[in-house]
Amino acid sequence: MSESAAVAHIPLYQAADVVTARRAARELCEQLGFGKADQTRLATAVSELTRNVIQYANHGECVIENRSTTTQRCIWVLVQDHGAGIANLEQALTDGYSTSGGLGAGLPGTRRLVDQFHIETTPQGTCITIALVKPL
Amino acid sequence: MKIPILRLERILLVSIQVDLTDNDAMQFQSDLVEQVAEIEALGVAIDITALDVVDSYMARVINDTASMVRLLGAEAVICGVQPFVALTLVEMGRDLLGADCAFNLGQGLEILRGRIATRGDTRFSENEDV
Repeated sequence: MSESAAVAHIPLYQAADVVTARRAARELCEQLGFGKADQTRLATAVSELTRNVIQYANHGECVIENRSTTTQRCIWVLVQDHGAGIANLEQALTDGYSTSGGLGAGLPGTRRLVDQFHIETTPQGTCITIALVKPL
Repeated sequence: MKIPILRLERILLVSIQVDLTDNDAMQFQSDLVEQVAEIEALGVAIDITALDVVDSYMARVINDTASMVRLLGAEAVICGVQPFVALTLVEMGRDLLGADCAFNLGQGLEILRGRIATRGDTRFSENEDV
């Protein structure tokens, strides 16, 4: 199973790319045998993260990979941009905080949807990786 | 991408059948609000059965649209939220979708009609007598 590392690479430049990215995430998730709940979780998480890129950093990219092994099913997503970074990361990860008039559920909400969540942000850009992992 | 808005006497029906970009969603919101004002609609049913992803942005647009519709003087019901969409929205955070909901368009219409009748709005009874 590990040899068939399905990969999707989606450049993020405009609002329509958010739709492309979340669709790709759902499709790959389905191919790997994740249930509908996980498909929806991942597609939603990817939608949130890629929208942030369009909204705050203008452009970036989204990479979706199958990182399953013989013992677990794993779908891994990287979303990165070369924007100005997140000034106050702790605040951005707090519920109800938003700089854009959103509901403030973006990052903290996304974190709750996935099994792994990692974020690195510098004034040169932000890189977020998330993953859904299920034992086989 | 334009979302068709159907008119059933003074109730408006909208069924979102495609995955909307953010811009489409804003366009939909202003089209609907404009039309509610134009025909002085009594109620609006928004069917999202076909949406398999509703993220915080889309949830906000739907909520805001329902609030705007109510501000104008009409009732609003969201219909057909998918089970996994509901699950995801609640996991992401409470109150992401605060508008009134129904299982399907049929129930949504019933709720609208009931609500319009109980608010004692003469505009509706006039219509009924036609």
